[in-house]
Amino acid sequence: MRRPALLVGLGATLVLLALVAAGTGQVRVPPAEVLGSLLHRAGLDIGPMPSAPQGENALWVVRFPRVVLAIVVGAALGCAGALMQGVFGNPLAEPGIIGVSSGAAVGAATAIVTGVSTLGGWTVAGAAFMGGLAAAFLVYTTSRSGGRTEVVTLVLTGIAVNAVAGALIGLVMFFGDADAVRAIAFWQLGSLAQATWASVATTLPCAAAGIAVALATARRLDLLSLGDRPARHLGVHVERLRIGMIGVTALLAASAVAFTGVISFIGLVVPHLVRMVAGPGHRTLLPASALAGAIVVVVADLAARTLVDYQELPLGVLTAVVGGPCFFWLLRRARNSAGGWG
Amino acid sequence: MRRFQAPVRPSPGAVAIRVRGLAVRRGQTAVLSDVDLDVRAGELLALVGPNGAGKSTLLAAVCGDLAPAEGTIELDGALLDAWKPVDLARRRAMLPQHTTLAFPFTVADVVAMGRAPWAGTPLEAQDAEAVATAMRDTDVKAFAARPFRALSGGEQARTALARVLAQRTPILLLDEPTAALDLRHQELVLSVARDRAQAGDAVVAVLHDLGLAAAYADRVVLLAGGQIVADGPPRDVLTGEALTSVYNHPVEVLPHPRTGTPLILPERRTPTPGASASAGGALPAAPAAPAASASAGGALPAAPAAPASAGGALPADQGQMRAL
Repeated sequence: MRRPALLVGLGATLVLLALVAAGTGQVRVPPAEVLGSLLHRAGLDIGPMPSAPQGENALWVVRFPRVVLAIVVGAALGCAGALMQGVFGNPLAEPGIIGVSSGAAVGAATAIVTGVSTLGGWTVAGAAFMGGLAAAFLVYTTSRSGGRTEVVTLVLTGIAVNAVAGALIGLVMFFGDADAVRAIAFWQLGSLAQATWASVATTLPCAAAGIAVALATARRLDLLSLGDRPARHLGVHVERLRIGMIGVTALLAASAVAFTGVISFIGLVVPHLVRMVAGPGHRTLLPASALAGAIVVVVADLAARTLVDYQELPLGVLTAVVGGPCFFWLLRRARNSAGGWG
Repeated sequence: MRRFQAPVRPSPGAVAIRVRGLAVRRGQTAVLSDVDLDVRAGELLALVGPNGAGKSTLLAAVCGDLAPAEGTIELDGALLDAWKPVDLARRRAMLPQHTTLAFPFTVADVVAMGRAPWAGTPLEAQDAEAVATAMRDTDVKAFAARPFRALSGGEQARTALARVLAQRTPILLLDEPTAALDLRHQELVLSVARDRAQAGDAVVAVLHDLGLAAAYADRVVLLAGGQIVADGPPRDVLTGEALTSVYNHPVEVLPHPRTGTPLILPERRTPTPGASASAGGALPAAPAAPAASASAGGALPAAPAAPASAGGALPADQGQMRAL
């Protein structure tokens, strides 16, 4: 079948790109030496070691955590996007609509301005995570009536929460000092510059757990595309599935955003691209979106830190500049081939 | 994990659906009241009645989409609320009036969705065969690989039916299964439904075509104003008198000269030859007259007005055709 071929192909591409990305920067390390360094650490005496001065250090202190975090964040965002679109049965849905991004931004901004440091260096990330989760469940509970959730109501409530969150961020920045304002602005643009093994250790388990739960529900997500009632007729506990999956999306998106700020467009465009190649079945769509999301973030981060010498472009700005027009083109194409959104 | 127990198919004649004292309200209005109904395994029951009579509401209540305001609904011997969604899905399948799809799944994908309730059970082994049979029975095999949303309305309706058939439940609820279909496929779909009933399933279908109901149903339930007004074999229920009063339109019922099946004929006014001649002998006069009289709400003396208005409209049409 096509499914294994696609997943293996994406996985191999991701590994190759990760090796190249880890070796690229001010200290150059060829991919063979990157692989050699990895294998030596794993206890296998195979392949060349990095020959550049400080090569080994550059890899293990700076590059590897950054590339691994890029993979984790990309996979979480790609999978969260596909999941959200499935849950709402709407190909234009994305994690942002349920308020995760803006909620996380409010949490992070508050932590930055108040200078609270109960969690040490993790405070900003933790606050972003809590803000994202809180916003997602606030939107979900307020959009419920009579035990049901109407999609339109949910989307509109999400818009309202996003607006309030935007105002709160503005307020927090108004009260903050110049340093805090710069920190918030930088965080909102999105960047992997602060990647450490510690941030990887937090995001990796969250993202892995979220993706695993999402994969286990793939078949039921397919049924949701028939609509709530037909899905229920086929034995799906629709409300329970929705609540669970909104929680999983909040976990995936907030944990991805917490250390890196808002990286837009991944959750929206990656699942679209995958759907065009592999069809809409979630058993392929979810893992393929995770892999493709990881590829996109690894490549985008490589571009962000190498396009301009001795400068780093904001990653979120880069993905949006490339992704916006790309998304627009995809929309037009998909709309024409599907004969409208219906 | 619980051990899987396949639902036991009710023996022919056993009550599969039992409705007692059912009332359903939308807001303040009662859309169904005082409905008692037994549907037995092995019968094809047609729900008929005018628009707004409560046919679809009754079906929605039986399948669990609408909560009853009063009364009880039992399915396969237990109250509807007592079943878990997946156990219900292994006992009854529901064909909605319209099927929409959020993503471009293919026809084969959509039909295979009908097998979802059996995932992880021994009956999963039947998946491929059930899907193939359902697609053959509904004549959708030719476009199995095409995206569902690219199909015509009738093709979509048959695909949706194939999904419901593939679910292989002993209770089948069909809301207007023939609405979008051409003549051949209407007959095809109802003969499939009848076959399922003869194989021992309980089949309930909402039908607007009374001729189809008369020809295929074992039993007809006539609804009007949210209540059952007649319940019995087609010959007893589909009488000219009952239909004329329920549909508020004159209806004649004649036995088919060969088979004796009731033929239902709503009274249709045919234009007099004089009127069509005065309209200039052009083609559209004949169809225009019944349409005008139908919109006049059944008030008989509208007849003289119809040809006049049709005649008035015609020269413009002809002028347009010449201009084209």
